[in-house]
Amino acid sequence: MTQADPAEIFRQEAQDLLEQLEQALLDLEKDAGNRDLIDGAFRALHTIKGSGAMFGFDRASAFTHHVETAFDRVRRGEVAASAELIAVALAAKDHIRTLIEQPDAADPAEGERLLGALQAVVHGAQAAAPAPEPGRSPADGAAPGHPVLWRVRFRLPKDAMALGTNPLLLLDELRALGPCTVTALTDALPPVEEMEADGCYLSWDVALTTDRPRSAIEEVFLFVIDDMDLKIEAVDGAGPPKKLGEILVERGDVPAAAVDAALAGQDRLGALLVKAGAASEGQVRSALAEQQHARHEDTARAAASVRVPAERLDGLMDRVGELVITQARLSQLANSRGDADIKTVVEELERLIAELRDTAMGIRMVPIGSIFGRFRRLVHDLSRDLGKQVELITVGEETELDKTVVEHLADPLVHLIRNAVDHGLEAPADRVARGKPERGQVRLVARHAGAEVLIGIADDGRGLDRERIRAKAEEHGLIPAGAKLSDGELYQFLFHPGFSTARAVTSVSGRGVGMDVVKRTIDALRGTIDIATTPGRGTEMTLRLPLTLAIIDGLLVRVGAGRYAIPLPAVEECVELSAAADTRSTGRSFLNIRGDLVPFLRLRELFGSRTPADPHQKVVIVATGEQRVGLVVDQIIGSHQTVIKSLSRLHADVEMFSGATILGDGTVALILDIAHLVDAGQARDQQRIAS
Amino acid sequence: MTKSILSVDDSASMRQMVRLTLAGAGYHVVEATDGADGLAKARGTLFDMILTDLNMPVMDGLTFIRELRQLPSYRGVPIIFLTTESDAGKKQDAKAAGGTGWITKPFQQDQLLAVARKVLGS
Repeated sequence: MTQADPAEIFRQEAQDLLEQLEQALLDLEKDAGNRDLIDGAFRALHTIKGSGAMFGFDRASAFTHHVETAFDRVRRGEVAASAELIAVALAAKDHIRTLIEQPDAADPAEGERLLGALQAVVHGAQAAAPAPEPGRSPADGAAPGHPVLWRVRFRLPKDAMALGTNPLLLLDELRALGPCTVTALTDALPPVEEMEADGCYLSWDVALTTDRPRSAIEEVFLFVIDDMDLKIEAVDGAGPPKKLGEILVERGDVPAAAVDAALAGQDRLGALLVKAGAASEGQVRSALAEQQHARHEDTARAAASVRVPAERLDGLMDRVGELVITQARLSQLANSRGDADIKTVVEELERLIAELRDTAMGIRMVPIGSIFGRFRRLVHDLSRDLGKQVELITVGEETELDKTVVEHLADPLVHLIRNAVDHGLEAPADRVARGKPERGQVRLVARHAGAEVLIGIADDGRGLDRERIRAKAEEHGLIPAGAKLSDGELYQFLFHPGFSTARAVTSVSGRGVGMDVVKRTIDALRGTIDIATTPGRGTEMTLRLPLTLAIIDGLLVRVGAGRYAIPLPAVEECVELSAAADTRSTGRSFLNIRGDLVPFLRLRELFGSRTPADPHQKVVIVATGEQRVGLVVDQIIGSHQTVIKSLSRLHADVEMFSGATILGDGTVALILDIAHLVDAGQARDQQRIAS
Repeated sequence: MTKSILSVDDSASMRQMVRLTLAGAGYHVVEATDGADGLAKARGTLFDMILTDLNMPVMDGLTFIRELRQLPSYRGVPIIFLTTESDAGKKQDAKAAGGTGWITKPFQQDQLLAVARKVLGS
């Protein structure tokens, strides 16, 4: 086991926090008065400051302190979260990241400038602050399911018990709301001889963690609330567990000065405060109980998820892959021996390994929303730089796909979004002239479709200029002048290296690099890109990506002497190739599948197989999206857990295969690239229509 | 042990509704038609909870609560009174007389049960 470096853990944590901060800031831009967002931003800053100081990131911590101070004023409603403030805060956030990740590269002058700007905004904006919503504490707005630590202190009237109120029942009701730590305060207990038997002399401190709102706690005290002392406070649960002194000061039990004075000594703080007469023993004991409670709840929550370095996940996936291959060998052996007992065990093992594979792949799945966040910043910056008003709408953040796919997707998506904003959307004045809303829209939509994930980037801009692309393609000598091309074929030139139709090169895009890189990256992920555009209405790019890169369920088929794997999710059905369909001309072969004409490809021809064809050939109907094509094979062998091994660079230009896999008997089977085969089949379909 | 509740109300329909609700939840319910009747029954048996209307003939609810609290055995026994939204002053008076809690009329059966569980424990 590698020993985790605490500084590294902090760096990771800070990265998450900075992303949260950015998210909150960008959201605040739209919803300036939102307390939850302001509190979220403040908490992120607070934690970075606190943890940063603990792990030796002193500069980052000191700088963050100033930003936090500014946000504290926003939180208290003294300063409005204006657009200027958010712009400065975003820049400050970038500076904090630099300070943490590359402290040597951080320019102190930049930090000073940012703090100056922050001061200017905070002091200039005071008058404009909106009044905080009355009676709304941060935790009141807590969404259900988000537990908050509440500090409840209550003292009943002395005659409450005589009048029929049972404090034990009240405590039971509080316990029903969530985990409680109850401390009874005995400070006001009179000497025994003065005590009345049913007098209520105790008061209680309750540290309660619940996702219920404040009103639920007040409800407990319904009958006595007017006659009693009741204090309900939400404790800011973010950040490191609170020190005893902090809790006592927050509760108003002890003045801050007394804590500082006591801290100067060497004894335990609680004992010192009691000795000095600043706090009663009960108060200290109760504060300690709350601290304990908060720590306990924190640990419980932290245990619910684990952070694991990415390479360990990759390692796990490799082992599972090897296990799947070994299991295939074992199955093969068991089948050849014909021992029923061994077969039963092997089948059980096969089932377990399939489950293990699914679990391991599930661990690797991350929601694509984790990269959507940075696009909001991108669009924010782009719209500022280009003087366009852009709204980014994201849908399907929760769509999960393989971690590696998500990581590789970030750059292509940046390019596509940049293009959409820069080239796709018109300048505000042009938009108004065309009767469109001034504010342009870019929609980023992710969703599952079978074993694929579709990611759409759509703008409501001017659409692609077919003629300009055509002219450019001719100019580059890619097509002869006047060649007949479908829209789809024409738009694919956008992905050609050095192909850019932008007339002016802006700082943002239009340098002719990018789209070809996007295409290459998506190809490497075994994905495809489709373009749909309507002049004057906008363009939509659709990325089609496999859910995972590691292991897939495959359908193993035989063509000639070779065996091939077809990704099972792409398979729609298998049919027999009738003699009638077989005898038709080989150039254009179509099957009638329940009234639909489906083109089919003879893999024997494609692969140049010379062995005699099987008398009963089969057709495997595969599909991507709306398009279907039949693949004629000699034999369907069965399903096979396919561990994908990439082909070497030497074979990088072989488009028909997306990889290879090792079979149980140690031989290699090639994995068919369905997207390319379907394209090839559809091209035949086009020929049929044309002829 | 089954908890017993004394329900004091001059309205028979109200008493019936209370009886059906509380008896249905497993409580033992005894009825009285006014404060004087209620006081007599309370002297005979020690109830775990008293539920009383305020406006009643013969002896009104306020007097009933006050008298009841004078009895040593009824110190600490929860007394719930029925009140209405418009009777804010009455509510204060009833609390001052020794009432533990209240139910605002009109109420649903589950509200009555919730109050009984609140003061008797569940």
